[in-house]
Amino acid sequence: MVESLDRSQGRAGAPATAGSSTPATFTGNRALQIEEPLIFEMGQPGRCGVDLPEPPKVKDRLNGLRRNGEIGLPGLSEPQVVQHYTRLSQKNYAIDMGVYPLGSCTMKHNPRINEKVARLAGIGDLHPLQPVSTVQGALELIDSLAHWLKTLTGMPAVAMSPAAGAHGEMCGMMAIAAALEAKGERAKRRIVLAPESAHGTNPATAAALGFTVKPIPANARGRVDLAALKSALGPEVAAIMLTNPNTCGLFESEIIEISKAVHEAGAYFYCDGANFNAIVGRVRPGDLGVDCMHINLHKTFSTPHGGGGPGAGPVVLSAALAPYAPYPWIVKQGDAWTVAEDGAKVDGKPLGRLKAFHGQMGMFTRALAYIMSHGADGLKQAAEDAVLSANYVMAALKDVMTPAFEGPCMHEALFDDSFLKDTGVSTLDFAKAMIDEGYHPMTMYFPLVVHGAMLVEPTESQAKEDLDLFIAAMRSLTERAKSGTAAEDFKAAPRYSPRRRLDETLAARKPILRWRPSNSPPGGDPMRQAAE
Amino acid sequence: MRYLPLTEQDRREMLAVIGAKSVDELFRDVPQSARLPGKIAGLPDHQGELEVERAFQAFAAKNISPSAAPSFIGAGAYRHHVPSTVDYMIQRGEFLTSYTPYQPEITQGTLQYLFEFQTQITLLTGMEVANASMYDGSTGTSEAVLMANRVTRRHKALISGGLHPHYRRIIETTARWEGFSTVIGKADVEGLEDLIASIDKETSCVVVQNPSFFGHVRDFTKLAAACHAAGALLIVVVTEVVSLGLIMPPGEMGADIVVCEGQSIGNGLGFGGPYVGLFATREKYMRQMPGRLVGETVDADGKRGFVLTLSTREQHIRREKATSNICTNAGLCALAFTVHLTLLGEAGFRRLAELNHAKASELADRVSAVPGVQLVNESFFNEFTVRLPKPAVPVVEALAARRILGGLPVSRLIPDDLSVANLLLLAATETSTEHGMGPLVSALKEVL
Repeated sequence: MVESLDRSQGRAGAPATAGSSTPATFTGNRALQIEEPLIFEMGQPGRCGVDLPEPPKVKDRLNGLRRNGEIGLPGLSEPQVVQHYTRLSQKNYAIDMGVYPLGSCTMKHNPRINEKVARLAGIGDLHPLQPVSTVQGALELIDSLAHWLKTLTGMPAVAMSPAAGAHGEMCGMMAIAAALEAKGERAKRRIVLAPESAHGTNPATAAALGFTVKPIPANARGRVDLAALKSALGPEVAAIMLTNPNTCGLFESEIIEISKAVHEAGAYFYCDGANFNAIVGRVRPGDLGVDCMHINLHKTFSTPHGGGGPGAGPVVLSAALAPYAPYPWIVKQGDAWTVAEDGAKVDGKPLGRLKAFHGQMGMFTRALAYIMSHGADGLKQAAEDAVLSANYVMAALKDVMTPAFEGPCMHEALFDDSFLKDTGVSTLDFAKAMIDEGYHPMTMYFPLVVHGAMLVEPTESQAKEDLDLFIAAMRSLTERAKSGTAAEDFKAAPRYSPRRRLDETLAARKPILRWRPSNSPPGGDPMRQAAE
Repeated sequence: MRYLPLTEQDRREMLAVIGAKSVDELFRDVPQSARLPGKIAGLPDHQGELEVERAFQAFAAKNISPSAAPSFIGAGAYRHHVPSTVDYMIQRGEFLTSYTPYQPEITQGTLQYLFEFQTQITLLTGMEVANASMYDGSTGTSEAVLMANRVTRRHKALISGGLHPHYRRIIETTARWEGFSTVIGKADVEGLEDLIASIDKETSCVVVQNPSFFGHVRDFTKLAAACHAAGALLIVVVTEVVSLGLIMPPGEMGADIVVCEGQSIGNGLGFGGPYVGLFATREKYMRQMPGRLVGETVDADGKRGFVLTLSTREQHIRREKATSNICTNAGLCALAFTVHLTLLGEAGFRRLAELNHAKASELADRVSAVPGVQLVNESFFNEFTVRLPKPAVPVVEALAARRILGGLPVSRLIPDDLSVANLLLLAATETSTEHGMGPLVSALKEVL
């Protein structure tokens, strides 16, 4: 009897394969959905995907520390490698495939010209420690992006080196600590205020720097409660960390009063720039009294999200914080660009160094290509379209879903789960059902201040027809959920994705973080088994 | 504008559904004083793809790329050949334009390659568990020190003088603002540093690099034992990950945390970033690790699948109690790394390492035969230090004027130590050829 080749073997204790509505196939594949083993289950000694010349025999100069024994890396040929990763790629949802309304992540179109220019040899193939005389164009490129970022934010300085948004937060908060130290106030100002709705990185950053994080409440309109903020301010407060537009997708309408109050209390205003896409070209954070703000180039300026990075998080700084920007500084001396590195005399007191070399150059290049493509007019239009699209989605769904706050919203529409009350369907179930409809779900259960939160950020990149289809699909799901008979159906979703719901509890309770021979298929490679 | 699908007609219809007269109404929460009257002044308007590409070609033309000039610069970033398959794979939209795999049912591609990546890292380093990547080796090293502080509940890090100076400065910056102390070794030019006597009861960790910044290959077995006897952790940093194809892995020496810069595999020089940090440790410290972790599980049909796991360490759950504020990692650079390493496999990776060592041996012999040049290293992998008869900075400038990127003057990274002024750090890889080494040697003879 020919046994099934199904490579999707489970782990001990796995639930039985019951419940699949479609009949099993011999291979376990389903047309374009191809089951793919791990590379460690595919390799054969003697196969290799590169051809390298025979190394000349030389006397080892390895201090007697030559590596013994097998490393254990599998051997695959080039076509196998291409097939393996191509099959894996087909198990991913992506911006290139459709609506990806992941709130607070700004999943906008990633233009391919960005990729092309980042790969020009004169940009992508440069060593970071070449003599500066040989990288004048690269330094000019970084400064061009810096100029755009400063102008768009209305801020006098920018630190380019942080590697991601959270790293930028660290940079900005260190700059605040440095400014406090210079005033002799670091020891007494130990409190950082942050709204309960803040991104998790905000309290994590503040705590890492030894600050005590104190939450500030929101008012009924989803904004910072100004009176509560004022009473929380005092001589022991170092800074406020505030996202604007905030994580509920709303513009902080009392932002100027907030920044005034913060400054009057001798504290600084850190702005989380994750949501800058909503206002770029229309509002300059510098006009709001911001002291520093990181900019996620992978959100607002379209550098690819890449399955979770790499990002880039330049931080714009006010005149009060600019002197503390970390090394390196890129400065112009006469006609030539130069890099002021650790210890070099600059017009300030750098807080140190946060990253090797000069920052995420590859991301700078892509962001600048995006910015130049859009120009001042296009960036403003993009922000307006992003806000328009979010408001359109909210307006078209507000009679069947429940917006958490009164509109208008900015670039993202926040719903709570009260429309699902008594249906037996949770936010999670609803999101998983969206997968079967061909959509990546919105951000779920964030911000924490809204029950069962659903944060929808369509971005400016979707055509109206695609938004209309998305809206229609969402309306159909709400109707099904409210029918009162579909809860089981929702709980079983998704059905048509490469995998159905995964057991996250099992993963955390018995962590398997790497392949070992013992967790490969019972009896070895199934293909080989079948051949025998 | 080519990136914006909405037409004027669309916009009007959408505003009508919203019930707003103009888009300005949607921005009514912006305080009057912060509303800009028109677009921001002094910035150019949108441009076509052709114009943008020309602008970048103009930037590129003002640089000298190692693709067009012999280069011997390493110091934490190495120029290797990256197979075409790697760059093709990372440009597939399903990888390039996906995000952190929060919805595992539709991101198994990312999750599986990260699981494979984590396994590859444990094998290379000889460690038990690895995470799904850090921003890069330099920031990963600083995170390793913070992790050691958490594990040991101590607050003093002992830093080798053989650690890359940028890495050292990042630790010092972190120490200054996050509140722990550091003891920094003197620049370990000769590779003879012994840190054992400096370990005490307050030491949380010892941070060393192998091969060291100056290129020496060191055995840290005794140092590891001394760390453990004192209750401290040994952190081993590897900035040239190809070396692990030839050199005993840190795990075998007794390292507790290993951090590597993974750029050499799959990722180009890129003027310093983005790169990919590799981070591995012992299983017992797993829950103190920073960064994302991918774990194996099953789905509702009992099929094997992968998810982000142990996220109770992370900022989005633990907030101010998180092990790190890290959120994004270096997903796409990790993909480039894992695709390249899969192409290489056991045989290819070992051969690549052998080739690098052979090229560097040849370079060392030829350069040290130049009158006045003295090879400092007895041991090295693909990078070594030479002492010149005069300061290295003007020598490197003179070489650059001859379109040769002739290594790194150590004083660029260690400007405060006059004893390193004449030192030059030189690297060779499989990309180095006679067409590069020959001109370097003759040019050195001219300028020295």
